[in-house]
Amino acid sequence: MNLHEYQAKEILRRHGVPIPDGDIATTPDAAEALAVKYGVPVMVKAQVHVGGRGKAGGVKYCATPEAAREKATAILGMDIKGLTVLKVLVTVAEDIGSEAYVGIIVDRATKKPVFMVSAAGGIDIEEVAATTPELIKYHPVDPRYGLRTFEAMDMGFFLYADVKQARAAAKIMQQLYAAFIESGCSLAEINPLVVTPTGKVVAVDGKMVIDDNELERLPAIEALRDDSSEDPSEVEARKANLTFIKLDGNVGCVVNGAGLAMATMDLVKYYGGDPANFLDIGGSSNPEKVVNALRIITADKNVKAILFNIFGGITRTDDVANGIVTATKANPLTVPIVIRLTGTNEELAMKILTENGFSASSDMDEAVQKAVALATGAAT
Amino acid sequence: MSIFIDNDTTLLIQGITGRDGSFHAKQMMEYGTRVVGGVTPGKGGQQFEGTVPIFNTVAQAVAATGANTSVIYVPPPFAADAMMEAAAAGIKLIVCITEGVPVLDMTRVYPYVKEMGARLLGPNCPGLITPGASKVGIIPGRICTPGPVGVVSRSGTLTYEIVNLLTKAGIGQSTCVGIGGDPINGTNFIDALAAFEADPQTKVVAMMGEIGGTDEQEAAEFVRTKMKKPVVGFIAGQTAPPGRRMGHAGAIISGSAGTAAEKIEAFEKAGMGIARRPMDFVELVQARL
Repeated sequence: MNLHEYQAKEILRRHGVPIPDGDIATTPDAAEALAVKYGVPVMVKAQVHVGGRGKAGGVKYCATPEAAREKATAILGMDIKGLTVLKVLVTVAEDIGSEAYVGIIVDRATKKPVFMVSAAGGIDIEEVAATTPELIKYHPVDPRYGLRTFEAMDMGFFLYADVKQARAAAKIMQQLYAAFIESGCSLAEINPLVVTPTGKVVAVDGKMVIDDNELERLPAIEALRDDSSEDPSEVEARKANLTFIKLDGNVGCVVNGAGLAMATMDLVKYYGGDPANFLDIGGSSNPEKVVNALRIITADKNVKAILFNIFGGITRTDDVANGIVTATKANPLTVPIVIRLTGTNEELAMKILTENGFSASSDMDEAVQKAVALATGAAT
Repeated sequence: MSIFIDNDTTLLIQGITGRDGSFHAKQMMEYGTRVVGGVTPGKGGQQFEGTVPIFNTVAQAVAATGANTSVIYVPPPFAADAMMEAAAAGIKLIVCITEGVPVLDMTRVYPYVKEMGARLLGPNCPGLITPGASKVGIIPGRICTPGPVGVVSRSGTLTYEIVNLLTKAGIGQSTCVGIGGDPINGTNFIDALAAFEADPQTKVVAMMGEIGGTDEQEAAEFVRTKMKKPVVGFIAGQTAPPGRRMGHAGAIISGSAGTAAEKIEAFEKAGMGIARRPMDFVELVQARL
């Protein structure tokens, strides 16, 4: 789960990281009032979960409260990469002397939290890694000790020659690490970490990505979820305990298991079709899940054919068959459906489907080809 | 022969009285796995299905039964502790089925288990099976048959799909290992490949990877430099959009890293057979036997 910049900054501020004053506004009036309250100049920044907000015109410098009102009027309601801006952060604009990057990720190779720091901040760290990798210092942290001061100082001196600035940065890194652990992050970054002309070290932008597996035990973080920043079908799927990702194709896929779901989408593509989604109904055999899955998929008007691919291990295929029958009785399908079922209780599932006027096969390759043919046929 | 489990595997089930644990305990017992005990705190002294003794702690269970392997079916918030409890009690192979273990927990579990000298498989994995001998986890026994193919995969049902295709074509398996779909797991592709290379029964290895991370690329390098046995590979997620978690916590393309194309290229460079479709495994494996 992604946090908004203002949410990440609130968490970092609580851990002691120096962050320019600021607050959230949902109307131009409120933006102007905040500019008055904190004092100009301010930045008005769109709060959406996409990169490249600045390039899209979602981040503006404002020298007066009137300018803050004007820019907020322009940004609120703006569409950035398909997401509507509903909130702006109005925050004191710092004078920038230099910009650095400080981030932590959970690294798969070392199996540890790893710091990445660079004096070349303010831009995408991937770009720095690709063009000037020597400007990045990596430092794995042993989670049993946390980030010790000497380690943080070593990174501080990599960024700054001045000992005061190195110390300030080291302290910020320890605070960032504490926030990272406490909030269950898979990524936390400050970019840029700014040194002002007067020598102050401040975090001008912050980002946090939370490990979804942490949310159950961190209700305060879960409460920060912003449904308006996600595709509505994905929000609905999450509430129904389905893993669903919307794509642009026309073959709606319902599969059990993430690996098989990906392989099914790939096979759709292999045979010249385009998957409309990733959908994993998971391991449990609950007909209700199938009903929800069908509702979400049929709501997508791009879908021209529906493909079920179920390999029953824990999942009982008769439960899936019952789910299909129940769902289609309540809401008759307007697009063709291709069903592939094999494994646990396969005979029973086939019987249920046949009795209710469906046909099904047990061969994945055959089923995918058929679904693609139906989707392309329906499209012409 | 086989890898990791065989007829000498003596198994404990952590979470044996839970919904998933009890269901799969029965399945494993029916398959012939030597289930010697279960662990559920507070139910020590009871019996599971009238035959398997239940203990309060793993240490007590190991002391009483001498179990060498443990499989974990406890809910995610307790899984990290369960893995470390098994390692502390001297269990040598720990298989964690639980899905949804926070990755920061794994940054603490992994070094501990390693220090204790145990092998961890998973978390978020289907376990493993040596057809005809022993099954630890949830892989359906009836789709497997003994034979010369080592199977290693990050996925569950995709593995079943391919094992089923192999079995139907008359090609049996030495051991099928599911290493799990999380970003930090105890056993990686290289660990399994090295074991298959050393196993006399295994003649060919079938490997199913996914987008995300670099485990497959490193495995390809291992195949190229360290293995004599042929390996056939598949990568799921060619149509996955970047930056989205495709069900498995580890199946995510970060920026431009961890794509299917990158992994397939590494397989090609290593001279591996490349299955474009699941069904391609049959022909590619057959040709290398």
